[in-house]
Amino acid sequence: MKQTKYLMNPGRLSRQDHTLKFTPVDEAGNEGQPRFLPVEQVSDLYVFGSLDANSALYNFLGKEGIAVHFFDYYEHYTGSFMPREYLLAGKMQVEQTKHYTFPKKRIVLARAFVEGAATNILRVLKYYDNRKTGSLADAIATIEQLMASIPLVPDVPTLMGIEGNIRQIYYRCFDAILGETFCLDGRSKRPPQNELNAMISLGNMLCYSACLGMIYHTQLNPTISYLHEPGARRYSLALDMAEIFKPILIDRLIFRMVNKRQLQPSDFRMEVEGCLMKESARKRFVQEFDASLKETIKHRSLGRSVSYKHLIKLECYKLQRHLLGIDAYKPFKAWW
Amino acid sequence: MTITGTYIKYYKVCFRKLWLFHHKIEMEHNSELVAEGSFIGEKSYPQRAERYREMLIDGSKIDFYDPYNKVVHEIKKSDKLEHSHVAQVQFYLYLLWKNGVKGATGLIEYPKLRQTQTVTLAEEDISQVENWVSEIERIVESEQCPGRIAKSRCRSCSYFEFCYAEEE
Ligand code: SF4
Repeated sequence: MKQTKYLMNPGRLSRQDHTLKFTPVDEAGNEGQPRFLPVEQVSDLYVFGSLDANSALYNFLGKEGIAVHFFDYYEHYTGSFMPREYLLAGKMQVEQTKHYTFPKKRIVLARAFVEGAATNILRVLKYYDNRKTGSLADAIATIEQLMASIPLVPDVPTLMGIEGNIRQIYYRCFDAILGETFCLDGRSKRPPQNELNAMISLGNMLCYSACLGMIYHTQLNPTISYLHEPGARRYSLALDMAEIFKPILIDRLIFRMVNKRQLQPSDFRMEVEGCLMKESARKRFVQEFDASLKETIKHRSLGRSVSYKHLIKLECYKLQRHLLGIDAYKPFKAWW
Repeated sequence: MTITGTYIKYYKVCFRKLWLFHHKIEMEHNSELVAEGSFIGEKSYPQRAERYREMLIDGSKIDFYDPYNKVVHEIKKSDKLEHSHVAQVQFYLYLLWKNGVKGATGLIEYPKLRQTQTVTLAEEDISQVENWVSEIERIVESEQCPGRIAKSRCRSCSYFEFCYAEEE
Protein backbone atom coordinates (compact mmCIF):
# COMPACT_ATOMS: atom_id res chain seq x y z
CA MET A 1 0.00 0.00 0.00
CA LYS A 2 1.32 3.40 -0.97
CA GLN A 3 1.47 5.98 1.77
CA THR A 4 2.12 9.63 2.30
CA LYS A 5 5.49 10.15 3.94
CA TYR A 6 6.22 13.21 6.03
CA LEU A 7 9.74 14.54 6.33
CA MET A 8 9.71 16.63 9.47
CA ASN A 9 13.44 16.92 10.07
CA PRO A 10 16.13 18.52 7.95
CA GLY A 11 18.21 16.15 5.88
CA ARG A 12 19.18 14.86 2.49
CA LEU A 13 17.06 12.72 0.23
CA SER A 14 18.71 10.64 -2.44
CA ARG A 15 18.06 7.70 -4.66
CA GLN A 16 19.62 4.34 -4.09
CA ASP A 17 18.46 1.89 -6.77
CA HIS A 18 14.75 1.57 -6.23
CA THR A 19 14.80 3.01 -2.78
CA LEU A 20 14.68 6.50 -1.34
CA LYS A 21 17.35 7.20 1.20
CA PHE A 22 16.81 9.89 3.79
CA THR A 23 19.84 11.01 5.77
CA PRO A 24 19.00 13.35 8.62
CA VAL A 25 21.43 16.22 9.03
CA ASP A 26 21.43 18.25 12.24
CA GLU A 27 22.09 21.95 12.61
CA ALA A 28 25.81 21.41 13.07
CA GLY A 29 25.88 19.46 9.81
CA ASN A 30 26.28 16.01 11.38
CA GLU A 31 24.69 13.16 9.53
CA GLY A 32 22.43 10.77 11.36
CA GLN A 33 21.44 7.19 10.69
CA PRO A 34 19.88 7.00 7.19
CA ARG A 35 16.38 5.65 6.70
CA PHE A 36 15.30 3.76 3.61
CA LEU A 37 11.91 3.94 1.92
CA PRO A 38 11.14 1.54 -0.91
CA VAL A 39 9.69 3.75 -3.62
CA GLU A 40 6.64 1.58 -4.21
CA GLN A 41 5.51 2.34 -0.67
CA VAL A 42 5.43 6.09 -1.23
CA SER A 43 2.44 7.91 -2.72
CA ASP A 44 3.69 11.44 -2.02
CA LEU A 45 6.04 13.35 0.22
CA TYR A 46 5.35 16.27 2.55
CA VAL A 47 8.45 18.20 3.39
CA PHE A 48 8.57 20.36 6.51
CA GLY A 49 12.23 20.44 7.41
CA SER A 50 14.81 21.79 5.01
CA LEU A 51 15.64 19.23 2.38
CA ASP A 52 18.69 18.65 0.26
CA ALA A 53 18.04 16.85 -2.99
CA ASN A 54 19.34 16.92 -6.54
CA SER A 55 17.69 16.77 -9.93
CA ALA A 56 18.47 13.07 -10.32
CA LEU A 57 16.22 12.45 -7.34
CA TYR A 58 13.42 14.57 -8.80
CA ASN A 59 13.72 12.78 -12.12
CA PHE A 60 13.30 9.54 -10.27
CA LEU A 61 10.31 10.82 -8.28
CA GLY A 62 8.80 12.18 -11.47
CA LYS A 63 9.06 8.83 -13.16
CA GLU A 64 7.47 7.13 -10.20
CA GLY A 65 4.63 9.66 -10.11
CA ILE A 66 5.46 10.89 -6.62
CA ALA A 67 4.50 14.49 -5.82
CA VAL A 68 6.41 16.50 -3.22
CA HIS A 69 4.66 19.22 -1.23
CA PHE A 70 6.75 21.83 0.59
CA PHE A 71 5.98 23.80 3.72
CA ASP A 72 8.09 26.61 5.06
CA TYR A 73 9.28 27.30 8.58
CA TYR A 74 5.96 28.93 9.38
CA GLU A 75 4.09 25.88 8.17
CA HIS A 76 2.83 27.67 5.12
CA TYR A 77 2.40 25.63 2.04
CA THR A 78 4.95 27.01 -0.38
CA GLY A 79 4.61 24.81 -3.44
CA SER A 80 4.76 21.38 -4.94
CA PHE A 81 6.86 19.33 -7.21
CA MET A 82 4.34 17.70 -9.48
CA PRO A 83 5.43 14.86 -11.71
CA ARG A 84 4.62 15.19 -15.38
CA GLU A 85 0.92 14.68 -15.75
CA TYR A 86 0.54 11.08 -16.67
CA LEU A 87 -3.20 10.81 -16.99
CA LEU A 88 -3.93 13.47 -19.55
CA ALA A 89 -7.22 13.40 -21.34
CA GLY A 90 -8.18 16.07 -23.85
CA LYS A 91 -11.91 15.52 -23.42
CA MET A 92 -11.67 16.00 -19.68
CA GLN A 93 -9.67 19.23 -20.02
CA VAL A 94 -12.07 20.68 -22.52
CA GLU A 95 -15.10 19.88 -20.37
CA GLN A 96 -13.40 21.26 -17.29
CA THR A 97 -12.70 24.51 -19.10
CA LYS A 98 -16.23 24.76 -20.49
CA HIS A 99 -17.65 24.46 -17.02
CA TYR A 100 -15.49 27.36 -15.97
CA THR A 101 -16.13 29.65 -18.92
CA PHE A 102 -19.91 29.30 -18.99
CA PRO A 103 -21.15 31.18 -15.90
CA LYS A 104 -24.29 29.05 -15.76
CA LYS A 105 -22.26 25.88 -15.58
CA ARG A 106 -19.71 27.34 -13.20
CA ILE A 107 -22.17 28.54 -10.60
CA VAL A 108 -23.69 25.07 -10.32
CA LEU A 109 -20.37 23.61 -9.25
CA ALA A 110 -19.41 26.56 -7.09
CA ARG A 111 -22.71 26.22 -5.23
CA ALA A 112 -22.12 22.52 -4.75
CA PHE A 113 -18.77 23.16 -3.09
CA VAL A 114 -20.22 25.73 -0.68
CA GLU A 115 -23.21 23.54 0.02
CA GLY A 116 -20.93 20.59 0.78
CA ALA A 117 -18.75 22.69 3.05
CA ALA A 118 -21.76 24.09 4.91
CA THR A 119 -23.34 20.67 5.35
CA ASN A 120 -20.17 19.30 6.86
CA ILE A 121 -19.78 22.37 9.05
CA LEU A 122 -23.29 21.77 10.36
CA ARG A 123 -22.42 18.12 11.03
CA VAL A 124 -19.55 19.22 13.22
CA LEU A 125 -21.55 21.89 15.00
CA LYS A 126 -24.50 19.61 15.68
CA TYR A 127 -22.23 17.02 17.21
CA TYR A 128 -20.77 19.56 19.63
CA ASP A 129 -24.14 21.17 20.19
CA ASN A 130 -25.37 17.85 21.56
CA ARG A 131 -22.47 17.64 23.92
CA LYS A 132 -22.64 21.25 24.97
CA THR A 133 -26.39 21.15 25.50
CA GLY A 134 -27.64 23.50 22.89
CA SER A 135 -25.13 26.31 23.21
CA LEU A 136 -24.58 26.37 19.44
CA ALA A 137 -28.25 26.36 18.46
CA ASP A 138 -28.27 29.99 17.32
CA ALA A 139 -25.24 29.58 15.12
CA ILE A 140 -26.69 26.43 13.61
CA ALA A 141 -29.95 28.17 12.81
CA THR A 142 -28.19 31.11 11.17
CA ILE A 143 -25.99 28.86 9.07
CA GLU A 144 -29.03 26.87 7.99
CA GLN A 145 -30.69 30.08 6.89
CA LEU A 146 -27.65 31.15 4.93
CA MET A 147 -27.48 27.74 3.36
CA ALA A 148 -31.05 28.00 2.18
CA SER A 149 -30.07 30.99 0.06
CA ILE A 150 -27.28 29.15 -1.77
CA PRO A 151 -29.47 27.73 -4.57
CA LEU A 152 -30.63 31.27 -5.37
CA VAL A 153 -27.32 33.10 -5.59
CA PRO A 154 -26.78 34.44 -9.10
CA ASP A 155 -23.01 34.62 -9.23
CA VAL A 156 -19.78 33.50 -7.66
CA PRO A 157 -18.89 36.72 -5.79
CA THR A 158 -22.27 36.69 -3.99
CA LEU A 159 -21.74 33.04 -3.21
CA MET A 160 -18.30 33.80 -1.82
CA GLY A 161 -19.93 36.40 0.42
CA ILE A 162 -22.32 33.81 1.84
CA GLU A 163 -19.51 31.37 2.27
CA GLY A 164 -17.56 34.01 4.17
CA ASN A 165 -20.52 34.66 6.47
CA ILE A 166 -20.98 30.99 7.20
CA ARG A 167 -17.34 30.62 8.02
CA GLN A 168 -17.36 33.63 10.30
CA ILE A 169 -20.25 32.27 12.32
CA TYR A 170 -18.60 28.89 12.35
CA TYR A 171 -15.29 30.17 13.64
CA ARG A 172 -17.08 32.06 16.39
CA CYS A 173 -18.34 28.70 17.64
CA PHE A 174 -14.79 27.47 18.12
CA ASP A 175 -14.49 29.32 21.42
CA ALA A 176 -17.56 27.58 22.78
CA ILE A 177 -16.34 24.19 21.59
CA LEU A 178 -12.84 24.57 22.90
CA GLY A 179 -13.49 26.31 26.20
CA GLU A 180 -11.06 28.78 27.64
CA THR A 181 -7.75 27.24 26.67
CA PHE A 182 -7.50 28.81 23.27
CA CYS A 183 -9.35 31.71 21.88
CA LEU A 184 -9.78 32.38 18.22
CA ASP A 185 -10.47 36.09 18.33
CA GLY A 186 -11.26 36.36 14.69
CA ARG A 187 -9.49 34.42 12.04
CA SER A 188 -6.11 35.84 11.11
CA LYS A 189 -4.26 34.10 8.37
CA ARG A 190 -0.96 35.50 7.33
CA PRO A 191 0.59 35.32 9.79
CA PRO A 192 -1.64 33.53 12.28
CA GLN A 193 -1.93 35.77 15.36
CA ASN A 194 -2.83 33.16 17.92
CA GLU A 195 -2.63 29.46 18.62
CA LEU A 196 -5.92 28.44 17.15
CA ASN A 197 -5.21 30.28 13.94
CA ALA A 198 -1.86 28.56 13.74
CA MET A 199 -3.59 25.17 14.02
CA ILE A 200 -6.19 26.05 11.42
CA SER A 201 -3.57 27.32 9.00
CA LEU A 202 -1.46 24.23 9.26
CA GLY A 203 -4.48 21.95 9.08
CA ASN A 204 -5.97 23.68 6.07
CA MET A 205 -2.71 23.42 4.25
CA LEU A 206 -2.49 19.72 4.95
CA CYS A 207 -6.01 19.27 3.66
CA TYR A 208 -5.26 21.28 0.53
CA SER A 209 -2.18 19.18 -0.22
CA ALA A 210 -4.08 15.96 0.37
CA CYS A 211 -6.70 17.09 -2.16
CA LEU A 212 -4.03 18.11 -4.62
CA GLY A 213 -2.35 14.74 -4.23
CA MET A 214 -5.58 12.92 -5.07
CA ILE A 215 -6.48 15.18 -7.99
CA TYR A 216 -3.14 14.32 -9.48
CA HIS A 217 -4.19 10.68 -9.67
CA THR A 218 -7.12 11.50 -11.94
CA GLN A 219 -7.39 13.31 -15.27
CA LEU A 220 -8.60 16.49 -13.62
CA ASN A 221 -6.53 19.58 -14.16
CA PRO A 222 -5.85 21.06 -10.71
CA THR A 223 -5.52 24.61 -12.04
CA ILE A 224 -9.11 24.92 -13.32
CA SER A 225 -11.50 25.63 -10.45
CA TYR A 226 -15.03 26.87 -9.90
CA LEU A 227 -15.55 28.38 -6.49
CA HIS A 228 -12.13 29.90 -6.19
CA GLU A 229 -10.88 31.90 -9.11
CA PRO A 230 -8.30 29.90 -11.05
CA GLY A 231 -5.01 31.43 -10.11
CA ALA A 232 -6.10 32.21 -6.55
CA ARG A 233 -3.48 29.62 -5.99
CA ARG A 234 -1.78 27.62 -8.65
CA TYR A 235 -3.81 24.52 -7.88
CA SER A 236 -7.10 26.19 -7.10
CA LEU A 237 -9.22 23.12 -7.73
CA ALA A 238 -7.62 21.66 -4.62
CA LEU A 239 -8.89 24.73 -2.74
CA ASP A 240 -12.42 24.03 -3.96
CA MET A 241 -12.28 20.43 -2.86
CA ALA A 242 -10.60 21.22 0.45
CA GLU A 243 -13.62 23.32 1.46
CA ILE A 244 -15.66 20.16 1.66
CA PHE A 245 -13.19 18.16 3.68
CA LYS A 246 -11.79 20.79 6.05
CA PRO A 247 -14.56 20.60 8.66
CA ILE A 248 -14.45 16.82 8.78
CA LEU A 249 -10.72 16.27 8.52
CA ILE A 250 -9.17 19.33 10.12
CA ASP A 251 -11.57 21.04 12.49
CA ARG A 252 -12.61 17.86 14.19
CA LEU A 253 -8.95 16.98 14.55
CA ILE A 254 -8.23 20.32 16.24
CA PHE A 255 -11.16 19.93 18.64
CA ARG A 256 -10.14 16.41 19.50
CA MET A 257 -6.53 17.28 20.13
CA VAL A 258 -7.25 20.36 22.20
CA ASN A 259 -9.99 18.73 24.23
CA LYS A 260 -7.77 15.75 24.96
CA ARG A 261 -4.99 18.17 25.89
CA GLN A 262 -2.72 16.83 23.17
CA LEU A 263 -2.18 20.44 22.25
CA GLN A 264 -1.63 23.07 24.93
CA PRO A 265 -0.73 26.74 24.95
CA SER A 266 2.84 25.75 25.81
CA ASP A 267 3.06 24.04 22.39
CA PHE A 268 3.07 27.43 20.71
CA ARG A 269 5.50 30.26 20.49
CA MET A 270 4.89 33.88 19.63
CA GLU A 271 7.28 35.37 17.18
CA VAL A 272 7.36 38.68 15.41
CA GLU A 273 5.92 36.93 12.38
CA GLY A 274 3.03 35.53 14.35
CA CYS A 275 2.11 32.48 16.34
CA LEU A 276 3.90 29.21 15.59
CA MET A 277 3.36 25.65 16.59
CA LYS A 278 6.50 24.22 18.11
CA GLU A 279 8.16 21.42 16.28
CA SER A 280 7.17 18.57 18.57
CA ALA A 281 3.54 19.66 18.54
CA ARG A 282 3.58 20.03 14.80
CA LYS A 283 4.83 16.48 14.50
CA ARG A 284 1.99 15.22 16.68
CA PHE A 285 -0.51 17.23 14.67
CA VAL A 286 0.71 15.90 11.34
CA GLN A 287 0.78 12.39 12.75
CA GLU A 288 -2.80 12.64 13.90
CA PHE A 289 -3.82 14.10 10.57
CA ASP A 290 -2.21 11.21 8.78
CA ALA A 291 -3.91 8.73 11.08
CA SER A 292 -7.29 10.26 10.30
CA LEU A 293 -6.63 10.07 6.56
CA LYS A 294 -6.07 6.35 6.97
CA GLU A 295 -9.17 5.80 9.04
CA THR A 296 -11.79 3.91 7.11
CA ILE A 297 -15.53 4.06 6.89
CA LYS A 298 -17.95 1.83 5.09
CA HIS A 299 -18.97 3.61 1.91
CA ARG A 300 -22.67 3.35 1.34
CA SER A 301 -22.98 3.27 -2.41
CA LEU A 302 -19.85 1.19 -2.96
CA GLY A 303 -20.46 -1.20 -0.10
CA ARG A 304 -16.73 -1.25 0.65
CA SER A 305 -14.55 0.23 3.31
CA VAL A 306 -12.68 3.27 2.13
CA SER A 307 -10.23 5.56 3.88
CA TYR A 308 -10.82 9.28 4.25
CA LYS A 309 -8.00 9.81 1.82
CA HIS A 310 -9.76 7.62 -0.68
CA LEU A 311 -12.96 9.57 -0.14
CA ILE A 312 -11.16 12.54 -1.64
CA LYS A 313 -10.42 10.52 -4.73
CA LEU A 314 -14.02 9.42 -5.00
CA GLU A 315 -14.92 13.09 -4.89
CA CYS A 316 -12.72 13.60 -7.94
CA TYR A 317 -14.57 10.82 -9.74
CA LYS A 318 -17.92 12.38 -8.96
CA LEU A 319 -16.69 15.70 -10.24
CA GLN A 320 -15.46 14.04 -13.42
CA ARG A 321 -18.84 12.45 -13.96
CA HIS A 322 -20.46 15.86 -13.66
CA LEU A 323 -18.03 17.43 -16.10
CA LEU A 324 -18.63 14.64 -18.60
CA GLY A 325 -22.36 15.17 -18.32
CA ILE A 326 -22.97 11.74 -16.78
CA ASP A 327 -24.71 12.94 -13.64
CA ALA A 328 -24.96 16.00 -11.43
CA TYR A 329 -22.27 16.44 -8.83
CA LYS A 330 -23.42 16.03 -5.26
CA PRO A 331 -20.78 16.99 -2.74
CA PHE A 332 -19.63 14.59 -0.09
CA LYS A 333 -21.70 14.86 3.06
CA ALA A 334 -20.56 13.25 6.25
CA TRP A 335 -23.35 11.14 7.60
CA TRP A 336 -21.94 10.22 10.98
CA MET B 1 -10.23 6.62 -36.00
CA THR B 2 -8.25 3.48 -35.25
CA ILE B 3 -10.20 0.68 -33.69
CA THR B 4 -8.08 -1.78 -31.79
CA GLY B 5 -8.73 -5.13 -30.17
CA THR B 6 -9.28 -3.37 -26.86
CA TYR B 7 -12.18 -1.41 -28.38
CA ILE B 8 -13.80 -4.63 -29.48
CA LYS B 9 -13.30 -6.22 -26.10
CA TYR B 10 -14.77 -3.26 -24.21
CA TYR B 11 -17.62 -2.97 -26.67
CA LYS B 12 -18.58 -6.49 -25.74
CA VAL B 13 -18.28 -5.81 -22.03
CA CYS B 14 -19.82 -2.38 -21.51
CA PHE B 15 -20.51 0.62 -23.75
CA ARG B 16 -19.65 3.05 -21.00
CA LYS B 17 -16.29 1.44 -20.47
CA LEU B 18 -15.67 1.75 -24.19
CA TRP B 19 -16.63 5.41 -24.21
CA LEU B 20 -14.47 6.29 -21.18
CA PHE B 21 -11.52 4.38 -22.56
CA HIS B 22 -11.82 6.16 -25.89
CA HIS B 23 -11.80 9.53 -24.13
CA LYS B 24 -8.75 8.48 -22.15
CA ILE B 25 -10.55 8.57 -18.84
CA GLU B 26 -8.60 5.67 -17.49
CA MET B 27 -8.07 4.60 -13.96
CA GLU B 28 -4.58 4.53 -12.49
CA HIS B 29 -2.59 1.60 -13.65
CA ASN B 30 -3.05 -1.28 -11.37
CA SER B 31 0.56 -2.36 -11.34
CA GLU B 32 -0.24 -5.73 -9.82
CA LEU B 33 -2.46 -6.74 -12.72
CA VAL B 34 0.03 -5.56 -15.27
CA ALA B 35 2.81 -7.46 -13.58
CA GLU B 36 0.73 -10.60 -13.46
CA GLY B 37 -0.10 -10.31 -17.13
CA SER B 38 3.47 -10.09 -18.24
CA PHE B 39 4.45 -12.88 -15.91
CA ILE B 40 2.03 -15.23 -17.58
CA GLY B 41 3.25 -14.17 -20.97
CA GLU B 42 6.89 -14.65 -20.12
CA LYS B 43 6.93 -17.75 -18.02
CA SER B 44 4.20 -19.92 -19.40
CA TYR B 45 5.51 -20.15 -22.94
CA PRO B 46 9.27 -19.77 -22.87
CA GLN B 47 9.81 -21.19 -26.33
CA ARG B 48 7.26 -19.14 -28.20
CA ALA B 49 9.49 -16.26 -29.27
CA GLU B 50 10.98 -18.06 -32.28
CA ARG B 51 7.76 -19.18 -33.83
CA TYR B 52 5.59 -16.18 -33.21
CA ARG B 53 5.70 -12.73 -34.51
CA GLU B 54 4.29 -9.51 -33.19
CA MET B 55 2.17 -7.90 -35.88
CA LEU B 56 0.88 -4.40 -36.35
CA ILE B 57 -2.06 -4.45 -38.70
CA ASP B 58 -4.28 -1.43 -39.39
CA GLY B 59 -3.15 0.06 -36.10
CA SER B 60 -3.98 -3.01 -34.04
CA LYS B 61 -1.30 -5.05 -32.41
CA ILE B 62 -1.44 -8.81 -32.47
CA ASP B 63 1.05 -10.04 -29.92
CA PHE B 64 1.55 -13.59 -31.09
CA TYR B 65 0.96 -14.46 -34.68
CA ASP B 66 2.20 -17.69 -36.17
CA PRO B 67 2.61 -16.92 -39.89
CA TYR B 68 3.37 -20.52 -40.88
CA ASN B 69 0.19 -21.99 -39.54
CA LYS B 70 -1.74 -18.72 -39.81
CA VAL B 71 -2.79 -18.79 -36.17
CA VAL B 72 -3.44 -15.81 -33.94
CA HIS B 73 -2.63 -16.62 -30.33
CA GLU B 74 -4.10 -14.68 -27.49
CA ILE B 75 -3.22 -15.34 -23.86
CA LYS B 76 -5.67 -14.33 -21.18
CA LYS B 77 -5.00 -14.26 -17.49
CA SER B 78 -8.70 -14.31 -16.78
CA ASP B 79 -10.05 -17.20 -14.76
CA LYS B 80 -13.04 -17.62 -16.95
CA LEU B 81 -13.71 -17.85 -20.65
CA GLU B 82 -15.10 -14.59 -21.91
CA HIS B 83 -17.28 -13.87 -24.84
CA SER B 84 -15.38 -10.59 -25.34
CA HIS B 85 -12.09 -12.44 -25.86
CA VAL B 86 -13.54 -14.39 -28.74
CA ALA B 87 -14.81 -11.18 -30.32
CA GLN B 88 -11.40 -9.62 -29.97
CA VAL B 89 -9.70 -12.51 -31.78
CA GLN B 90 -12.37 -12.56 -34.45
CA PHE B 91 -11.57 -8.93 -35.02
CA TYR B 92 -7.90 -9.83 -35.56
CA LEU B 93 -8.91 -12.53 -38.00
CA TYR B 94 -11.04 -9.98 -39.77
CA LEU B 95 -8.10 -7.58 -40.06
CA LEU B 96 -5.97 -10.39 -41.48
CA TRP B 97 -8.70 -11.31 -43.92
CA LYS B 98 -9.06 -7.71 -45.03
CA ASN B 99 -5.34 -7.60 -45.64
CA GLY B 100 -5.34 -10.68 -47.81
CA VAL B 101 -4.67 -13.45 -45.30
CA LYS B 102 -7.49 -15.92 -45.83
CA GLY B 103 -8.29 -18.88 -43.62
CA ALA B 104 -6.45 -17.82 -40.50
CA THR B 105 -7.69 -19.15 -37.17
CA GLY B 106 -7.33 -18.10 -33.57
CA LEU B 107 -6.44 -19.81 -30.36
CA ILE B 108 -7.15 -18.26 -26.98
CA GLU B 109 -5.14 -19.73 -24.16
CA TYR B 110 -6.14 -19.54 -20.54
CA PRO B 111 -3.10 -20.71 -18.60
CA LYS B 112 -4.92 -20.38 -15.29
CA LEU B 113 -7.70 -22.64 -16.48
CA ARG B 114 -5.39 -24.87 -18.52
CA GLN B 115 -7.85 -24.47 -21.34
CA THR B 116 -7.82 -23.24 -24.89
CA GLN B 117 -10.54 -21.98 -27.16
CA THR B 118 -10.45 -22.11 -30.93
CA VAL B 119 -11.79 -19.15 -32.88
CA THR B 120 -12.72 -19.00 -36.54
CA LEU B 121 -14.10 -16.36 -38.83
CA ALA B 122 -16.88 -17.66 -41.04
CA GLU B 123 -18.28 -15.77 -44.02
CA GLU B 124 -21.24 -14.48 -42.04
CA ASP B 125 -19.01 -13.35 -39.18
CA ILE B 126 -17.36 -10.80 -41.42
CA SER B 127 -20.38 -8.55 -41.74
CA GLN B 128 -20.95 -8.96 -38.04
CA VAL B 129 -17.48 -7.66 -37.26
CA GLU B 130 -18.14 -4.76 -39.61
CA ASN B 131 -21.28 -4.04 -37.64
CA TRP B 132 -19.34 -3.96 -34.41
CA VAL B 133 -16.90 -1.48 -35.88
CA SER B 134 -19.58 0.94 -37.01
CA GLU B 135 -21.43 0.57 -33.70
CA ILE B 136 -18.22 1.36 -31.84
CA GLU B 137 -17.70 4.46 -33.93
CA ARG B 138 -21.20 5.61 -33.21
CA ILE B 139 -20.82 5.06 -29.46
CA VAL B 140 -17.50 6.75 -28.93
CA GLU B 141 -18.33 9.70 -31.12
CA SER B 142 -21.51 10.36 -29.22
CA GLU B 143 -21.48 13.41 -26.95
CA GLN B 144 -23.26 11.43 -24.27
CA CYS B 145 -21.50 8.84 -22.13
CA PRO B 146 -23.52 5.59 -22.21
CA GLY B 147 -25.32 4.41 -19.08
CA ARG B 148 -24.17 1.85 -16.56
CA ILE B 149 -24.75 -1.85 -16.89
CA ALA B 150 -25.91 -4.18 -14.12
CA LYS B 151 -23.96 -3.54 -10.95
CA SER B 152 -23.24 -7.22 -10.36
CA ARG B 153 -21.18 -7.28 -13.53
CA CYS B 154 -19.32 -4.10 -12.56
CA ARG B 155 -17.70 -5.33 -9.38
CA SER B 156 -14.44 -6.32 -10.99
CA CYS B 157 -14.31 -3.46 -13.47
CA SER B 158 -11.54 -0.90 -12.99
CA TYR B 159 -14.17 1.84 -13.33
CA PHE B 160 -16.32 0.48 -10.53
CA GLU B 161 -15.59 3.35 -8.13
CA PHE B 162 -15.76 5.88 -10.91
CA CYS B 163 -19.24 4.72 -11.84
CA TYR B 164 -20.69 4.01 -8.42
CA ALA B 165 -19.32 6.56 -5.94
CA GLU B 166 -22.47 8.47 -5.00
CA GLU B 167 -24.05 10.48 -2.24
CA GLU B 168 -27.41 9.59 -0.84
S1 SF4 C 1 -18.25 -0.14 -13.68
FE1 SF4 C 1 -19.84 -1.14 -14.87
S2 SF4 C 1 -20.88 0.53 -15.91
FE2 SF4 C 1 -18.93 1.33 -15.20
S3 SF4 C 1 -17.55 1.05 -16.92
FE3 SF4 C 1 -17.30 -0.72 -15.61
S4 SF4 C 1 -18.69 -2.22 -16.44
FE4 SF4 C 1 -19.31 -0.27 -17.31
